[in-house]
Amino acid sequence: MSKVIVVTSGKGGVGKTTSAAALGTALALRGKKTVIIDFDVGLRNLDLIMGCERRVVFDFINVINDGIRLNQALIKDKRVDNLSILPTSQTRDKDALSQEGVEKVIEELRKEFEYIICDSPAGIEKGAYMALYHADEAIVVTNPEVSSVRDSDRILGILSSKSKRAEHGDDPVKTHLLLTRYDLDRVQRGEMLKLDDVLEILAIPVLGVIPQCGSVLQASNLGMPVVLDDKSKAGQAYKDAAARLLGEDIELRYVNPEKRGLVDWLFRRSA
Amino acid sequence: MRFFDWFRLSRRRDDSADKARERLTVLVALDRQGGGGPDFLPLLQKELLEVIRKYVEIDQDKVNVDFQSGTGFSTLEVNVELPNRVLEARAS
Repeated sequence: MSKVIVVTSGKGGVGKTTSAAALGTALALRGKKTVIIDFDVGLRNLDLIMGCERRVVFDFINVINDGIRLNQALIKDKRVDNLSILPTSQTRDKDALSQEGVEKVIEELRKEFEYIICDSPAGIEKGAYMALYHADEAIVVTNPEVSSVRDSDRILGILSSKSKRAEHGDDPVKTHLLLTRYDLDRVQRGEMLKLDDVLEILAIPVLGVIPQCGSVLQASNLGMPVVLDDKSKAGQAYKDAAARLLGEDIELRYVNPEKRGLVDWLFRRSA
Repeated sequence: MRFFDWFRLSRRRDDSADKARERLTVLVALDRQGGGGPDFLPLLQKELLEVIRKYVEIDQDKVNVDFQSGTGFSTLEVNVELPNRVLEARAS
């Protein structure tokens, strides 16, 4: 049984691509055959985050419109078995995504992969609709910040009314909250919305909380999904989130203050 | 430096996260209301409020316009909550 999971948010810059790359990689590390698709036509970035930008020859759009076979466009990750990337076009625009074309590609991928991760573009335009239309599950990436939470709520509304499952009257798309850029210090100082606030407003179950962490930028500089950095807290949190996607019951990390020694505490040493 | 943060921590701070939560709660509720209905609902709500305010002073959140679309027909539900004292004043 294959699962199509959209990583979406409404708002831009909250960490969709980082999250899609990290979760997809984490699922593949757990032995699941996984493909990550970039739906952000014209602003392709997934390949860059995954570090395979120089290996792109054909893309998603070529498969839809130009008679290129899927296997010619899929890029197998060199570091992780079971992981492939389907890059998108940098030169075309969202109109190149036809409903039937996307459907055909998804159906073909379903035969080969267990997890199909759709990295959605920001906004609520065509590209975002296409990315969420086929979803069985949705990961709503949210920052603890007012505009992001509001946009996430909007996307949840769209998921429940415009997805294929909604149109066909099937079981609704299963939604998950992924709270990213969570800065526990600022939460404790009352400067940032806390997890419970966001949960109360959006009213969907939490898949993971990713701490604000310098390693995320570092990983993107290197073109390496952050879960491959064993020392990264964000990487650990993404691995936990992937495990929860697989149905495991794991306690949330980095949402409560760590116990610190007196010296650490006085100088507020942050890891 | 960080050490002095301790003094800030010991005080009750101005909690901007609380403000964010309150604003969001209201906003999201409004977004959800408007989400399924036609575009004129917010304007309708505003104008209704203005008309009612000619006669009774009520708060902005006391006029509630709800749109339900069914098969074949849709309903528009308008709820206006009047303060108690107005009714009492009229009765006497």
